[in-house]
Amino acid sequence: MHETHGGLLFDLMLAIPFLLIILLYIGAGLVSNRSPHLQKWPYWRYVLWSIGVLCAGIAVIGPLADQARIDFRAHMVGHLLLGMLAPLLLVLAAPMTLLLRTLPVSAAKKMTLLLRSSYVRVISHPVTTSILNIGGLWVLYTTDLYHMMHNSLGVHVLVHLHVFLAGYLFTMSMIYIDPVAHRYSYLYRSIVFIFALAGHGILSKYLYASPPEGVSVNQAETGSMIMYYGGDAIDAVLIFILCLQWYQSAQPNKRLAAHP
Amino acid sequence: MGEKRNLWSGVLFGIGLAAFIDETIFHQLLRWHHFYDKSTTDIGLISDGFFHAFSWFATIGGLFLFADLKRRNRLSLIRWWGGVLLGAGSFQLYDGIIQHKLMGLHQIRYVENVIPYDLVWNLSAVVMIATGLFLLKRASKKGEPSHA
Repeated sequence: MHETHGGLLFDLMLAIPFLLIILLYIGAGLVSNRSPHLQKWPYWRYVLWSIGVLCAGIAVIGPLADQARIDFRAHMVGHLLLGMLAPLLLVLAAPMTLLLRTLPVSAAKKMTLLLRSSYVRVISHPVTTSILNIGGLWVLYTTDLYHMMHNSLGVHVLVHLHVFLAGYLFTMSMIYIDPVAHRYSYLYRSIVFIFALAGHGILSKYLYASPPEGVSVNQAETGSMIMYYGGDAIDAVLIFILCLQWYQSAQPNKRLAAHP
Repeated sequence: MGEKRNLWSGVLFGIGLAAFIDETIFHQLLRWHHFYDKSTTDIGLISDGFFHAFSWFATIGGLFLFADLKRRNRLSLIRWWGGVLLGAGSFQLYDGIIQHKLMGLHQIRYVENVIPYDLVWNLSAVVMIATGLFLLKRASKKGEPSHA
């Protein structure tokens, strides 16, 4: 991937899958709206989904992605978009709920079985997702992986895929928007969340002083602050939603939680 | 239940508030504190990370607890403020003595003689704790209308 700036045509080709994902979501919403016993899929969810896909796209295609290969600061902005903001927006768009209401009943049932499988249960456990997410970042920045990523297209793609998927799993394991087969208590999730947030903050400050080899002092310092404060900002939204759901479920005189 | 919740809501919000003021005023506006000091010990880095994460969560969580108390008509403002001062003071004292001094996280300000800064920092923390405890005691004595 190094040396090749790709060019506009190449970038546009890479953007096609992202556009398809947006169109697929909108299509699913419109198709499922035709069902007489279903409520209309809310408009704001299309918006969240589209912006979310856009954030992920900006991080991997185009000028920011090109700059990220040589500039640690741009790299960090990209990672915030790909690993935190895009996952948050996509989770809030409830894609699994949309999928289940769009699929024919038999397929939806199979999907539900899959969501209840022990594999999904392990991979979406808050502790697992925290380790995949924050642990993955520690491995990326404190080993040779950061350099390997810039020298091999395969590693580059895999790392970015991991950052996104781990970010998505982490977000969906902390705030329940889509149906969740195995729920963990608010307190449990909050405690795990604080550990993950601490791991993120500690790594940010650690990188300030000991960045990956070849990253200049100036870029390392700014980059680590982008990671620290940018992460805080997005995590504040996550904390707010988690606490709001907790607050609603603890409503007096209501036995059932306000949230599905 | 109301008494404990008022205290906890206050303490959590107080810790968050102290950390928030620390971050906005001393790190961002005055720029007295350093983001990262070369003398920071590993344990200092870890302690700072956990306190930062906890306080960030506590600011938001404490306010939701406050809203919950209001919703249930269990809010006792004297007790709540007692908790806020106790939480903020404790955090500031921990920050000022353990983190700044023992763990070398960073100093309050990078001047020749930092002792006056340390004194004001830690004494104001002690005053907050004492005021907080006083308010809590008064609330208990008065049998504050926490079950109103």
